[in-house]
Amino acid sequence: MYPREFEYIAPSDLDEALAALDANPGAKVLAGGMSLLPMMKMRLLSPDAVVDIGRIAGLDQISDNGDSISIGALVTHAEVAASDLVMEHGAALATAASWTGDRQVRNRGTCCGSLVHADVAADQPVAALALAATMVAVSSSGTREIAAADFFVDTMMSALEPNEILTEVRIPKAGPGTASAYDKLGRRGGHTDYAVAGVAASVTRSNGSISAATVAVTGVGSKPVLVGEVADALVGSDGSEAAVEAAAAHATCGIEVLEDLYGSVAYKTHLAQVFTARAVNAALSAAG
Amino acid sequence: MSSTSVLGGVVRRREDPALIQGRGRYTDDVKLAATAHVAFVRSPYAHAQVGSVDTSAAAAMEGVLAVYTAADTDHLGPLIAQVPVGALRPLLNSGTVKHVGEAVAMVVAEDPYVAKDAADAVEVDYDPLPAVVDLKHSLSDEVPVHEGASNTLISWVGPFGADEAALAELQQGIEAAKQRDDAVVVSQEMTNQRLIPVPIEPRSVMADYQAGYDRFDIYSSTQIPSALAGAIGKYFGMSMNQVTVKAMEVGGGFGCKLNVYNDEVLVAFASKHLGRPVKWTETRREAANSTIQGRGWVATATVTGTEDGEILGFELEGIADMGAYSQNFTVAIPFLGLFVGSGQYGFPTYWKMDCVTTHTMTTDAYRGAGRPEAAYYLERIIDMYARRIGMDPADVRRKNYISSSEFPGAVSPMGFPMDTGDYATNLDAALETAGWSDLLAERDAARAEGRYVGVGLATYVEVCGFGPSGLVDLGFSWAEYQMPSAFNGSSLVRVHPDGSATVSIGTGPSGQGHQTTWAQIVGDGLGLDVERIRVIHGDTEEAPPSIGTFGSRSAAVDGAACYEATGKVRAKAARIAAHMLEASEEDIEFADGGAHVAGAPDSSVSWGEIAACAYQPHRLPEGLEGGLEAHAIFSPGNATWPFGTHIAVVEVDPDTGDVDLLRYIGMDDCGNVISPMIVDGQIHGGIAQGIGQAMFEDAVYDADGNLLSGSLVDYILPTASDLPSFELDRTVTPTDVNPLGVKGIGEAGTIGSAHTVVNAVVDALEPLGVTHIDMPLRPRRVWQAIQDARA
Repeated sequence: MYPREFEYIAPSDLDEALAALDANPGAKVLAGGMSLLPMMKMRLLSPDAVVDIGRIAGLDQISDNGDSISIGALVTHAEVAASDLVMEHGAALATAASWTGDRQVRNRGTCCGSLVHADVAADQPVAALALAATMVAVSSSGTREIAAADFFVDTMMSALEPNEILTEVRIPKAGPGTASAYDKLGRRGGHTDYAVAGVAASVTRSNGSISAATVAVTGVGSKPVLVGEVADALVGSDGSEAAVEAAAAHATCGIEVLEDLYGSVAYKTHLAQVFTARAVNAALSAAG
Repeated sequence: MSSTSVLGGVVRRREDPALIQGRGRYTDDVKLAATAHVAFVRSPYAHAQVGSVDTSAAAAMEGVLAVYTAADTDHLGPLIAQVPVGALRPLLNSGTVKHVGEAVAMVVAEDPYVAKDAADAVEVDYDPLPAVVDLKHSLSDEVPVHEGASNTLISWVGPFGADEAALAELQQGIEAAKQRDDAVVVSQEMTNQRLIPVPIEPRSVMADYQAGYDRFDIYSSTQIPSALAGAIGKYFGMSMNQVTVKAMEVGGGFGCKLNVYNDEVLVAFASKHLGRPVKWTETRREAANSTIQGRGWVATATVTGTEDGEILGFELEGIADMGAYSQNFTVAIPFLGLFVGSGQYGFPTYWKMDCVTTHTMTTDAYRGAGRPEAAYYLERIIDMYARRIGMDPADVRRKNYISSSEFPGAVSPMGFPMDTGDYATNLDAALETAGWSDLLAERDAARAEGRYVGVGLATYVEVCGFGPSGLVDLGFSWAEYQMPSAFNGSSLVRVHPDGSATVSIGTGPSGQGHQTTWAQIVGDGLGLDVERIRVIHGDTEEAPPSIGTFGSRSAAVDGAACYEATGKVRAKAARIAAHMLEASEEDIEFADGGAHVAGAPDSSVSWGEIAACAYQPHRLPEGLEGGLEAHAIFSPGNATWPFGTHIAVVEVDPDTGDVDLLRYIGMDDCGNVISPMIVDGQIHGGIAQGIGQAMFEDAVYDADGNLLSGSLVDYILPTASDLPSFELDRTVTPTDVNPLGVKGIGEAGTIGSAHTVVNAVVDALEPLGVTHIDMPLRPRRVWQAIQDARA
């Protein structure tokens, strides 16, 4: 577990960090290091430089913007999981963060880091998708807002440019009748470890029927994805058990389900349906 | 044991404060000036012809001290194995590599980062060849692992010692039973999957050759320091007294450090060649392919019995995976399974395991070593049989046990004399503790609600603490390591002039709590506070030659040696004390840090006073030598045969196949208990590892011999948060083969647990018609079994 030699840069403010990224093409941004460092130690990744943003002030806050909440680049999984604000407006993300890694990882790893890492079996990207989060990407040439739906490009590949830093993820506040939930099967059973299949759902109930829904699935394909077919089937329905089950049947629509050590295609397809139903039902019951 | 015995009382582990505060000293903590560091170039192919090995770029890198290939080290010969059946491992291989991770070249550099960079810069041409990984494929000899040799190295057939005629008669008897009108025959092929040991401390070795004195100090995270000293001496033409091996703290071993490894020899070679200390610590991913693995059996178990639960015969026939090369015990591991092939039962047993090579890392001893596998097949098939005839699985077992009335003198159907046993009492105690009938009622109530709750039970006997010394005649001597016998204990007890004491044992713990247990034995024998007793272990210079810590042997064999050495010291001290107190030797008792005359506690001398006298020969009674120390070598009368009953309660989510382990009850019997907390800790760890095999762990190879689960991302280990709090209790059936009455306990938990969990999960799914699921019972497998049963 010995990484190749790299330059370690620890800027004290954001401009310095962005300049370092410009000056070192191929540099990687280090926040919690829970994914980056193991990859470097296994030499799966050998950046010439690492820009540690851990000393930059102002990135470690969860803040209330009025119509949205922001989670800064240095906010840990544990902080997301324990945040009343996140629980109120993005329960799916709080839950996903509480099931990410183990306690040590949750105390060091960051929400934004997990989103940028874009692991195919990670928990939090689907929560960001279901919550229609906005990624705030900053570079020396300005700030870009990227919709979560456009952010997860492929396996371990996000829309972030090499010279950009994801400084915050912004989640719209949940309006009346809106709630979200996340459920999964972890690799070691229950909710522990990476998701064999995981589903985040956000629903809005009005006048006895579902007026809006977003559902995203992780673990089963090559990236976390929004499954519009499930949402379409839910919207306008009464949210009954039968309606949810019928909608969940579409859980892997448009997804090429991939076999791995933890599941066959048939099993993962089935799990995506099971957890779609469970997440949607949990969101519906939270929505009241 | 004295009346004020500290044995059996709850004593906290003395070693823990240092270990849990990070103040223990492990091999990698040893810092010597000018230490160089090793990285290995390892084959990425399971089977390939090595062409050129170009080390020039690596050798030219700044900070690189040497790059060695087979041409530099072949003169040392291959890696020593104790049971050298089959091909031996070359130290470095420039011919045909036989598994992913096999060492091709060794880089030595100023620091480990440069060493790794340089290893990456060594260019090796490989010409890949077809690999054989599947055991049945290997058995066919279609693809030889080693050119010109059969893949089958040996077939173990039991009962032990039965000749062909006896085996034929046995098989005919079982065949005849199958023809009976009331015969019930249950047969199942099952896989006992390969496992990666993963001790929390990786293997690490450091060699410091001192040219001025022509001697080695070797620091190694090993379970067998004396054997390593013998091996290093042999490789370098040195006497054993020129080689000191120090096993510092060892952070878990589980059998994987019960080998002399090629890297240990190579690091010593480099140190001698370069004249500098040289260190290598394996990385996790490296360990997955270059440290031995365990298990890896495919076998068919068959029970033939009557409709009312009388088992008339058990047969096991299968194949065991040896990997590519034989190392320390390799082919002997399934033989250890044969030892307990008939478990604690009296029915006729026919047992045959073919040991085959594959293009994978060597297998060898992993906690339980053959015995968990053997117990798994036996206890799974008996459970299936009980289910088939609709009988309580506890009743089936009880009906077929060897009766306690057959002890002493019981001989297992596999042909081995057993020490002591009382299986039914233990079973009943477990049922009582678990509330067996209530559990079954609760399960049935849950079933009525449509829930899939299961109760699993398994019982086991293991064999461990091997002896007597004469077992070397079986062929398992340690002569290859210059150790005359692997079946003795050895201990030296010394009382210092100030009355403190040191006990030295050449073996060392890897989590077993020897610092506490040896001090308890000596303290109890001398009436001395354990705080006054130092334990030296794992150091071949300071302690007498010993075998090692494995096979649940320490307490029963080394502990007994410790007890006997203590007895010798006490006997001498009693003579001195009697002389000092002008009393009769027979009236001297030891307690409270000294000796006193029985019935006259005021007439006493402290250990300090006794020792001061012992080191002044002129004050001693005539004919008594000065000094106060004794060495004992103990040869046990037999191995010990611990046993137990485990019960698990699970609930399965039928929609996902997820298994929730709700309760786990262990009722073990390891004879007398020296330290209850340590015994419970050993059982805890053993059960966790058995559950790990049942539910999580799997060394998965693809058809080309690539290990797909070679990192801890994909090799799933059980953690505390995955497990319920174990409910442990014990019965006590002392052994008569050692003076302490203790049996081994290090492996028992592992031997009892995997099948207990599988039995529970299968029980949970019985309403669906599931009869068997191969381990690990990951959700995908459980779900698939449900689908198959429903189809």
